[in-house]
Amino acid sequence: MNMIRPGKMIRQVLSSLIKKPATIKYPYVKFEMPENFRGKIKFYPEKCIGCKLCVRDCPSNAITITKVGEKKFECEIRLDKCIYCAQCVDSCLKKALESTGEFELAQLDKKKLKEIFHAQSEDGIKKET
Amino acid sequence: MGKVIIPIGPQHPALKEPESFSVTLEGEKIVDVNLRLGYNHRGIEKACEERTYIQDIYILERVCGICSHSHSTCFVQTVEEIAGVEIPERAKYIRTIVAELERIHSHLLWLGVAGHEIGFDTLFMYTWRDREIVMMILKKVTGNRVNYGINTIGGVRRDISQELLKEILTSVDALEERTKYYIQVATQETTLMNRLLNVGKLSHEDAVLTGAIGPTGRASGIDSDTRRDDPYAAYDKVTFKVIVDNHNDVYGRTLVRVLELMEAYSIIRQSVQNMTEGPITVKVPRKIPAGEAFGRYEAPRGEDVHYVKSNGTEKPERVKVRAPTLANIKPVLKMLENYNLADLPIIVAAIDPCFSCTDRTLLIKDKKSNKSKIMDWESLRKYSIEWYKKRGIGF
Ligand code: SF4
Ligand code: SF4
Repeated sequence: MNMIRPGKMIRQVLSSLIKKPATIKYPYVKFEMPENFRGKIKFYPEKCIGCKLCVRDCPSNAITITKVGEKKFECEIRLDKCIYCAQCVDSCLKKALESTGEFELAQLDKKKLKEIFHAQSEDGIKKET
Repeated sequence: MGKVIIPIGPQHPALKEPESFSVTLEGEKIVDVNLRLGYNHRGIEKACEERTYIQDIYILERVCGICSHSHSTCFVQTVEEIAGVEIPERAKYIRTIVAELERIHSHLLWLGVAGHEIGFDTLFMYTWRDREIVMMILKKVTGNRVNYGINTIGGVRRDISQELLKEILTSVDALEERTKYYIQVATQETTLMNRLLNVGKLSHEDAVLTGAIGPTGRASGIDSDTRRDDPYAAYDKVTFKVIVDNHNDVYGRTLVRVLELMEAYSIIRQSVQNMTEGPITVKVPRKIPAGEAFGRYEAPRGEDVHYVKSNGTEKPERVKVRAPTLANIKPVLKMLENYNLADLPIIVAAIDPCFSCTDRTLLIKDKKSNKSKIMDWESLRKYSIEWYKKRGIGF
């Protein structure tokens, strides 16, 4: 131990000086989530038959299905309760639910964490209530 | 020289999770350590009794953020045993691949944390950069970086496509290259060796006596690994070495972990090669027949044990989790004896602790009368409100 030796990693460290940073400059640079990423849940009202299998299997009681008319169902997802496990997607036999790649879900306003998919809108576009 | 008792925690910069050590010192030397757990108790076991088996998978997965696959696999295996189902071959391989990917990410994480604890932040930065490779592949395979949600009762939820399998193999190659470098660093870097050699000694006898498990035990010459001794998933179909080391100190624990990484790469390669096409789930009824079972799983930190009792309904009657850290608490108290206070962070970090996994019900014992009482939720709440009121904080 009398000899002063440079650290074993010194080469690696010096070579990093001329390399680009390993980090991504988020949020200036967006990155796409992979295809089967479990992000925000999307609901297709026209496919739902109201069996409520999704409600029964949801571990955090984040999803509710309400009947709003003859064969018409509305879905409410509480984004603050949801743990994005996508069990509801697996449970639904009618493929009325889908995971999306959306992951930027933080909100300052708690009301916005409640997502309602109305039955009447054909495309299932959300409306905040 | 007089003795001094120093409290470390529940909140302390050296600790990542709340736990409280009271360390008795004589000068700089640690002569006695008392550990108090329970600051992170979340009532997961109780919550499991109130929910169905399917819901429980996701709750138990959240016992630990780092070894989430360990807990969910251990639980589903136990339930499958009660239900008497055999899962398809392909599902077994997928569980094995995810399990090993998880071990890789956990061990790389540990290597970084260990570097950080001894002030070697360069190592921390580089291992965590490389850990991103495995995190990315986990995200692609399972849909998330942590809490993979790949398991379901009777198999796995997602198949791995051919392209993804190829991608896994290329990632494994890249990681292997990096790990070889870290093995060099661990065996040649003098700072690292000087700091870790002969620190936190736990002799083989003491390790057996205190019941050390996982890499902590294996670094003290305990040749045990659930993957080999009681194979689950596809571990009986792959060959691998159980890394045992006789350094008995923190350095040994480092070596065991980096060498285990190399074994993990080989297990993944064999699994990808042996995998055949086929179904990934079998149907299991929602109501699990009455019975009980005991499941074992080799998590990155040691053996994880789940006990499940079923009463024939959709919900389990009892779920008991013994996370690996609980078994390694006794050994760590032994290891700390006669070392300097400054060695405490790295010695504790060397068991790769996960205290929130370990925390269980609070049992209060009155030292004078030696009577114990268990507080339920309501009385605990009342007690806390009273406690704050006395200090002038109202609710
Ligand atoms: S499981 Fe599917 S079809 Fe049934 S209620 Fe839920 S969304 Fe509708
Ligand atoms: S993703 Fe999971 S937590 Fe969220 S609504 Fe679906 S089942 Fe419930």
